[in-house]
Amino acid sequence: MKIETAGQDAFIVYFADQASTSVSAQIQRAVNNIQTQMSDIIVDLIPSYASLLVIYNLDSCDSFATKSRLRVALANLEAEESQGGKLVTLPAYYSLESGPDLDIIAERGKISVDEVIEIHQQQEYRVYAIGFAPGFAYLGEVDERIAAPRLATPRQKVPLGAVAIADRQTAVYPAPSPGGWNLIGLCPTRMFDPLQEPSMPVQVGDRIQFKAIDRDEYLSLGGEL
Amino acid sequence: MSGFTIKHPGLLTLIQDSGRFGAHNLGLTNGGPLDALAFDWANRLLGNDNNATALEISFGGLSLESEIDTAIVVTGAEMPIKINDETMPQWQTHPVKKGDIIELGYAISGTRAYLAVAGGFSIPPSFGSSATVVREKIGGLNGDKLQAGDHLPCDTRENSQHYRLANVDRPKYNDGAILRVVLGYQQSAFDPVEHRRFFGSQYQVTDRSDRMGFRLEGEAIKSSIVGMLSEGICHGAIQIPADGQPIVLMNDRQTIGGYPKIGSVIPLDTAKLAQLSPGATINFESISPEYAHNLHWLAKSRFERTQPFRC
Repeated sequence: MKIETAGQDAFIVYFADQASTSVSAQIQRAVNNIQTQMSDIIVDLIPSYASLLVIYNLDSCDSFATKSRLRVALANLEAEESQGGKLVTLPAYYSLESGPDLDIIAERGKISVDEVIEIHQQQEYRVYAIGFAPGFAYLGEVDERIAAPRLATPRQKVPLGAVAIADRQTAVYPAPSPGGWNLIGLCPTRMFDPLQEPSMPVQVGDRIQFKAIDRDEYLSLGGEL
Repeated sequence: MSGFTIKHPGLLTLIQDSGRFGAHNLGLTNGGPLDALAFDWANRLLGNDNNATALEISFGGLSLESEIDTAIVVTGAEMPIKINDETMPQWQTHPVKKGDIIELGYAISGTRAYLAVAGGFSIPPSFGSSATVVREKIGGLNGDKLQAGDHLPCDTRENSQHYRLANVDRPKYNDGAILRVVLGYQQSAFDPVEHRRFFGSQYQVTDRSDRMGFRLEGEAIKSSIVGMLSEGICHGAIQIPADGQPIVLMNDRQTIGGYPKIGSVIPLDTAKLAQLSPGATINFESISPEYAHNLHWLAKSRFERTQPFRC
């Protein structure tokens, strides 16, 4: 583990060179420790794949004291053995109607569309990072057979709730936006709703599993086509 | 509640308080005033809370009508201000009456001005802040920049005392700036030659600069990094993408990103950068985090010690 300066009021902690389930669990424990031990000086925390950005309040603490308190909060993160994070199930309506890139992924992996859908649901994903846009959760890692590079030309508009794949990551679009990910389905669960508390159903470190639903279920859960 | 009505919104006028903090974990950025010093002075001259909601006017062209008796002030970039066709000085509070028309011309020096009203505008906070981030559709009125016809609610105030900031105490908006940088992030992936090139070269502000980031043009800088994992980005971070041209990330930046960064410009200097126009010249200077802290506290102390004049 390395603690580097990021800015005049920020440190970045690097946990490993690569993302993994155990690194993610470690970061989750670090976030919990910092929140409980350092809430008097912490402004913002940004956990990501293998790092944690710590922004502190320069008016209440200097860098020396912040760094030494960080070292204490980051000690013995490996000690506990737990998977960490809650398990959240997200319904997904997979079909060529809702996932126009399903057949491209199937062709690429030399498997059937049904197999793509099956493989995407089989695995438990970890929320590695949240960013790009409010509520955009990067989930990893998808099976190599359904991994696919971003589209050469991004779409002007990806619909709200689109379930998508880019390389070995998957995500649910929290709002309609331009996007270059491959679309494989639609999820009726809102990933970001500023009027709800909490505004997101997941946080970094949580685990996510997708569960196929049919068109009628999707519509009855409030999904739009 | 009565208040002000926007007649012409100008090129880009945004409702801002001091920014949104503590929501980066949801992917929400800071927003807030690009030039925090000018924003702070606007509220201070009116005796407002330092987080009171005001307007950030980029490049100018705003006009609005008051429906109430209150007081206003305009700080920041030099933009000719008229109340009912009469030219008024900036950095000075002015009484306005119901029916008064306030007009801001286009910027003569600097690019961002701040218009504050006594007591602040009453905008319901979103994630603890009224700051508008258009990219996120969060804050302000429906998360958007101001449009003609928009209504800005605020209370009637009787400010019988008026204040102005002495000329000598006002920031000067120049054609260039030296931006002080705290080294950090992937700085060791830039070898000593690249460090010298970066801190020894002059860069120009390009027209691809906005509230997310200021793209600069000049000597290309190379790092030894081929690909990296996305990570949290702090305010002022200097991103060096593959083309080697630095981008200084500002208030509306994305909260995570995967480009190498050499360090971060201190907030006192991103405020100067924000006031520059395309073509302005930039030099970078490396300073220690401790020196950055001294500068931060000195600036704070100077702000608190400087007394505006009663007029």
